[in-house]
Amino acid sequence: MYADWPLLSLAIWTPILGGILVLFAGDREPSGARKIALVVSIVTFLLTLPLYTQFNTETHLMQFVERQPWIAAFNIEYYLGIDGISMPLILLTSFTTVIVIISAWEVIQYRASQYMAAFPMLIPMFLVIGVWGGANRIYATLKFFLYTFIGSVLMLVALIYMYTQSGSFAIFDFHHLQLSLSEQVLIFLAFLVAFAVKVPMWPVHTWLPDAHVEAPTGGSVILAAIMLKIGGYGFLRFSLPITPDASAELDWLIITMSLTAVVYIGFVALVQRDMKKLIAYSSIAHMGFVTLGFFIVFRIVNSGYGEQGAALALEGGMVQMVSHGFISGALFLCVGVMYDRMHSRQIGDYGGVANTMPVFAAFMVFFAMANAGLPGTSGFVGEFMVILASFKASFWIAFLAALTLILGAAYTLWMVKRVIYGEVANDNVAALTDINKREFLFLAILALAVLALGLWPDPLVEVMHPTIDNLLNHIANPKI
Amino acid sequence: MTAEFVQPDLMPALPEMVMLAMTCLVLLVDLFLPQEKRGFTLLLSVATLALVIAAVIAVAPVGAVSSFGGSFVLDQLAVVLKIATCAVTILVFVYSRDYLADNDIYKGEYYVLGLFATLGMMVMISAHSFLLVYLGLELLSLSLYAMIAFNRNSLSASESAMKYFVLGAMASGLLLYGISIFYGITGTLDLNQVGISISAQFAQHPVALGFALTFIVVGLSFKLGAVPFHMWLPDIYQGSPTSVTLFIGTAPKIAGFAMAIRLLVDGLGDLQVDWSQMLLALAIASMAIGNIIAIAQTNFKRMLAYSTISHVGFILLGILSATANGYASAMFYTITYAITASVAFGVLLVLNRKGFEAENISDLSGLNDSNPWYAALLAIAMFSMAGVPPTVGFYAKLSVLQAVVQIEMIWLAVAAVLFSVIGLFYYLRVIKVMYFDQPLPEQTTTIKEALDVKLLLSANSLSLILLGMFPSTLMAYCILSFS
Repeated sequence: MYADWPLLSLAIWTPILGGILVLFAGDREPSGARKIALVVSIVTFLLTLPLYTQFNTETHLMQFVERQPWIAAFNIEYYLGIDGISMPLILLTSFTTVIVIISAWEVIQYRASQYMAAFPMLIPMFLVIGVWGGANRIYATLKFFLYTFIGSVLMLVALIYMYTQSGSFAIFDFHHLQLSLSEQVLIFLAFLVAFAVKVPMWPVHTWLPDAHVEAPTGGSVILAAIMLKIGGYGFLRFSLPITPDASAELDWLIITMSLTAVVYIGFVALVQRDMKKLIAYSSIAHMGFVTLGFFIVFRIVNSGYGEQGAALALEGGMVQMVSHGFISGALFLCVGVMYDRMHSRQIGDYGGVANTMPVFAAFMVFFAMANAGLPGTSGFVGEFMVILASFKASFWIAFLAALTLILGAAYTLWMVKRVIYGEVANDNVAALTDINKREFLFLAILALAVLALGLWPDPLVEVMHPTIDNLLNHIANPKI
Repeated sequence: MTAEFVQPDLMPALPEMVMLAMTCLVLLVDLFLPQEKRGFTLLLSVATLALVIAAVIAVAPVGAVSSFGGSFVLDQLAVVLKIATCAVTILVFVYSRDYLADNDIYKGEYYVLGLFATLGMMVMISAHSFLLVYLGLELLSLSLYAMIAFNRNSLSASESAMKYFVLGAMASGLLLYGISIFYGITGTLDLNQVGISISAQFAQHPVALGFALTFIVVGLSFKLGAVPFHMWLPDIYQGSPTSVTLFIGTAPKIAGFAMAIRLLVDGLGDLQVDWSQMLLALAIASMAIGNIIAIAQTNFKRMLAYSTISHVGFILLGILSATANGYASAMFYTITYAITASVAFGVLLVLNRKGFEAENISDLSGLNDSNPWYAALLAIAMFSMAGVPPTVGFYAKLSVLQAVVQIEMIWLAVAAVLFSVIGLFYYLRVIKVMYFDQPLPEQTTTIKEALDVKLLLSANSLSLILLGMFPSTLMAYCILSFS
């Protein structure tokens, strides 16, 4: 029935208009505002569902395309479309938004309006962290905003340069634009700054723990599940196809940065005392897998394994992105659940939570296992695919990457041991009450998602297969 | 041989004549109005500007029309810029009312001087001879000197007026000196004629031409406020009554842009290679100094002054690329900057009350708690100045950068965006102060709200987003002006 609907436009503009609506419903009527927010987010999610069900898995071409002239002077068009790479991320975004609104049901009593107005973009993230954050929040928000802005503006110059070469701002015209190696290297570096900050990759990751610690729970979930994906998506959509030769030339740089993230940041996570910081560092380590998977492809192809092996790495990276969205989002929600009761995120303040919150403990342990990469959960699939693919490129790269199985298990499970298990540590813990229905609802939905993706990842992998193959074909042909 | 007197075609100058006649009328009518009826003067002034806009549209030609022996030209550029100037001046007049009343300077002279200044700007915009450019500029400047000194009881305002007068006179002198050398070489004041004879004289008088060009560029930089000729700007912005700062910070920028285009592009186009080099140095210095020093400011007006300097740097980038595209993007930048600045100063004006002069950044603290709507309006203006999408500031920067990249100066584009990242910091700080800081005790009383001001200010601020999302129409007019 909705074959002819402009679904993408609806999915984009519904939350924006909803946000404005909530802004006006505003602070006067917080309970009304959050109801509007929930309805809007569910409608948006339902609007994005057909993108999956009606998706044609046979083609790599853009689907659900909408194209209108917009700014004639620069040949800028309102040009929307999705393929196998972007569709899973859109679903992840709309899904997470619903979860966040359910989870923040109590919190958004205060200043509900700005919270919702907040969703679509970067400015909003700034406000979300700034208005509800902790003591050091202003430092964190400014740092976050300046970091991402500096990356974005360099990318902007690169885009303008390509516009002057191609006469269009459409991404696909950039894909087919012939560029010399030196041009490609410069453009690649501009992209790298923009996306590395967002992923975030070592060594420009320092804003993330600060931002997470200061952000409210909902803000953290959005950061983890949505914001971080922009960087990974950017590498796939811009860096690899637009500058394939520079990517091949400089893949050692990204691989080094990714492995550093996996290993070094894993050790850093081990010594954290703040649960949110620990999960933030764990995010950086897991996102290292994503970038590793994306840029190892050149070595796999060069080692003679062909595009089949390379596809495994790219798809592993994609699965890892989606899975990380679920798992770290869920872990942040778990911390939020405890924080709402104890007003502390310090591991040292907890102990023996399982005694007073058994249901919650079950969820938390499950998500921790998933974070550690337990087979059967989504955390395993992505990591395993990337490690397997890395073996084809180089034993040592795979070896270093595989260390995450040890490190990830170490920092996650050690945290769980100290927080969940053992004797009841103090009176505060003894007074804890288990999760209510609302909390159960969002944790259970996420747990189902993690399990489903872990046991049966095919639906996700299938939709991106043609797109990934096409991408690999594209980057196999040098532009110079 | 006796020169035959030819009746010039007066129609192209109709808007200016309407303006002059109406301004004299305002001056006369105001004499007979008691203080409590001063609102009528405002109404009449706004009506004048609206009438002038209508006249501009009525006489707008398809191509370009020149009159008065070629010294006055009405083309697409002039039409768009005149409309923009008058529209911005309307905003200035309306926003200023309550501030003037609170400071006991709610007098008709403010509007009369403002109208004369606008007339001067319109003459500058249409001027196509050195003489007329200069006349328009002086009419503008003299009106501004008087407007700054308008509040006789304010020491800082008098000081600012003196400073502006001395430095402005010097800048005018430099400009005149440059003009006189050009006149000496080419024997004409008409910009078309100057343009034609320069190429012939180039081999003969390279040094003199270089000198003359330098003086012209320096004079221009003074008026625009480009580094290193910017020193007057922060002092005058800070010292003037905020209502006058609002005026200086908006409409004259548009006229200044027109002057730069008329002199450099129309008149001295053959020296483009030379002035592009000069503007390059000025632009980089302006962006660097403007953005870096703005960080250290605690006074909001002063901060905006340095921010203006950095924006002038961006406008110069567009001009120095010396392509139709570059001029159009600089024009777009100038117009939208004037609109953005009127929001920033407008909100500051609204915050003023009797006995409380809001001018420090800290005066804005907690604005979101006391007046969330005005805080949001100012936040939009700040994001626009910083160039954050979807506001129009982003699109303006994008178009200028595109012009710069097009002439293969990518390093310049990179430098420009890096400076705008520095700029982002102090714009964000304003937002931080408004949204995250505790309000001052004085701030807790709510703003005295006038509905017309609120509506106009809201429309003004929201137009920044609207123009950012749909810039095509305005951009099309800008491109048309240089095709």
